[in-house]
Amino acid sequence: MIEQEFDAIVVGAGMSGNAAAYTMASQGLTVLQLERGEYPGSKNVQGAIMYADMLEQIIPDFRDDAPLERHLVEQRFWVMDDTSHTGMQYRSDDFNEAKPNRYTIIRAQFDKWFSRKVRQAGATVLCETTVTELVRSASGKVIGVRTDRAGGPIYADVVVLAEGVNGLLGTRAGLRKMPKPESVALAVKEMHFLPDEVIEQRFGLQGDEGCVIEAAGTISRSMAGLAFLYTNKESISLGIGCLVSDFAQTMESPYVLLDNFKNHPSIRPLIAGSEVKEYSAHLIPEGGYKAIPQLFGDGWVAVGDAAQLNNAIHREGSNLAMTSGRIAGEAIIEIKGRNQPMIRRNLALYKTMLDKSFVVKDLMKYKDMPALIHTNSRNFFMTYPQLMSQAAQNFMRVDGTPKIEKEKATTAAFIRARSRWGLISDVIRLALAWR
Amino acid sequence: MTMAVTKLRVEEKLYQNRYLVDPGRPHIKVRPHERPSANLLALTHICPAKCYELNDKGQVETTSDGCMECGTCRVLCEASGEIVWNYPRGGFGVLFKFG
Ligand SMILES: Cc1cc2nc3c(=O)[nH]c(=O)nc-3n(C[C@H](O)[C@H](O)[C@H](O)COP(=O)(O)OP(=O)(O)OC[C@H]3O[C@@H](n4cnc5c(N)ncnc54)[C@H](O)[C@@H]3O)c2cc1C
Ligand code: SF4
Repeated sequence: MIEQEFDAIVVGAGMSGNAAAYTMASQGLTVLQLERGEYPGSKNVQGAIMYADMLEQIIPDFRDDAPLERHLVEQRFWVMDDTSHTGMQYRSDDFNEAKPNRYTIIRAQFDKWFSRKVRQAGATVLCETTVTELVRSASGKVIGVRTDRAGGPIYADVVVLAEGVNGLLGTRAGLRKMPKPESVALAVKEMHFLPDEVIEQRFGLQGDEGCVIEAAGTISRSMAGLAFLYTNKESISLGIGCLVSDFAQTMESPYVLLDNFKNHPSIRPLIAGSEVKEYSAHLIPEGGYKAIPQLFGDGWVAVGDAAQLNNAIHREGSNLAMTSGRIAGEAIIEIKGRNQPMIRRNLALYKTMLDKSFVVKDLMKYKDMPALIHTNSRNFFMTYPQLMSQAAQNFMRVDGTPKIEKEKATTAAFIRARSRWGLISDVIRLALAWR
Repeated sequence: MTMAVTKLRVEEKLYQNRYLVDPGRPHIKVRPHERPSANLLALTHICPAKCYELNDKGQVETTSDGCMECGTCRVLCEASGEIVWNYPRGGFGVLFKFG
């Protein structure tokens, strides 16, 4: 039984919880962090690309000992149909810099490392502990938590909900709604192991250089979805995710999509001969700005995926999680420094600070994107990829057809599939949502 | 036919994973029902661990041993009361080695 009363309890030891706990503990607050997994990371799934800038703001010298896989020098975007991909690719030696900007990581290892830093900063971290309930005062203020361990409630001035996308505690306490099926994606992923030289050969990499592929198209069977393939040191992470609402409607099986992606002629040779060591599944918040729930209240704040802070267009989540966790920690430190109570009015500071950061600004920029993609998924993920493939093939295949006729055929195919007006309106709507 | 092949494939996939099953304490339960709703029925296809299956009376049953705790079934069927969903006790359930 824990008698001590803490300045803050952090629920969850993922990216956002670790950032919050580290920030507060290193400024001398008494912090208790509770994690239901056997070790931090044992429940967490990510692609995973980690963005250095946001971690640097928390742990500037992280490169000295963090378990980093490869720094990224190349990114490929692929639009796929069943037999082809049309791609754009960017590679630059500029990314071979002293302090690289993006790395691949393996979450279970990374989270353990981050958790060690949190402990070194002075926080108490308890794993194998599921928080079952928020404890509230007569006036409704959150004053602590109950766990599935023996003993009574544990009290704190403020509870940081860093519990991830499912947000069970927040939902059950009525602080937020359950995520809607159309604003979360279900992703499945596999870890494929290969010797490092083989990975370097197949992707044209040297040393710790890394390459990632983001892919969309008929692989998601007209559902709104994306697939990915990321190179780690001695493994390749690959997976695919689509909106839960689309899965429910189409009744497609995620593992079938994953196997189709792996067997696609453009992917198969990249993973040939690999040994699969894990299969995982996780939700991703994809509702964007409009799906952000209430972020603070009397005695509590929500950070990271628990606050649905995820930029699906750019596939960024961990950096929004780390940044929101850090900012929540800083707001709490500031309020404590002023000797003010952790009530709604004061904790609004967290939202004010978050609104000024890239987190909310980026999500705001794409606020209309989720709805557009959701209502138009058949065109964006089926029709256009097929048309792009036909157009590219028409362009490349030399078969004696005059070029002018080829161009006409391509244009006609687009109009037949989507109508002139449909094409124009898709372009306009996409441009508006992107703006 | 394809169902059997698919099932085999999922089981092979799950076989790679580490779990600590909490015996006799399943963390997901399906409420008894006559006919499953469209969402509950969909789970027999879309649960990534294939934890949901139809019995011969056309009702949906669950065995949550291979569950990866993703929450998909909760998002679709908790609000209607068709399933009861909780996290396993601390330390139990799926243990990702890599994530
Ligand atoms: C397949 C996939 C690929 C992704 N790829 C990328 C990528 O390449 N780059 C990127 O930036 N982002 C990516 N993301 C998103 C990123 O993983 C998340 O945004 C990030 O992990 C969110 O961090 P978090 O701390 O908010 O939540 P999580 O990392 O989910 O952590 C929540 C923690 O809380 C614990 N917890 C929950 N409830 C309780 C409870 N009641 N009691 C105790 N503990 C509890 C959990 O066990 C977990 O450790 C990806 C996500 C997925 C699923
Ligand atoms: S939580 Fe995910 S893996 Fe577990 S039973 Fe539900 S849908 Fe299946």
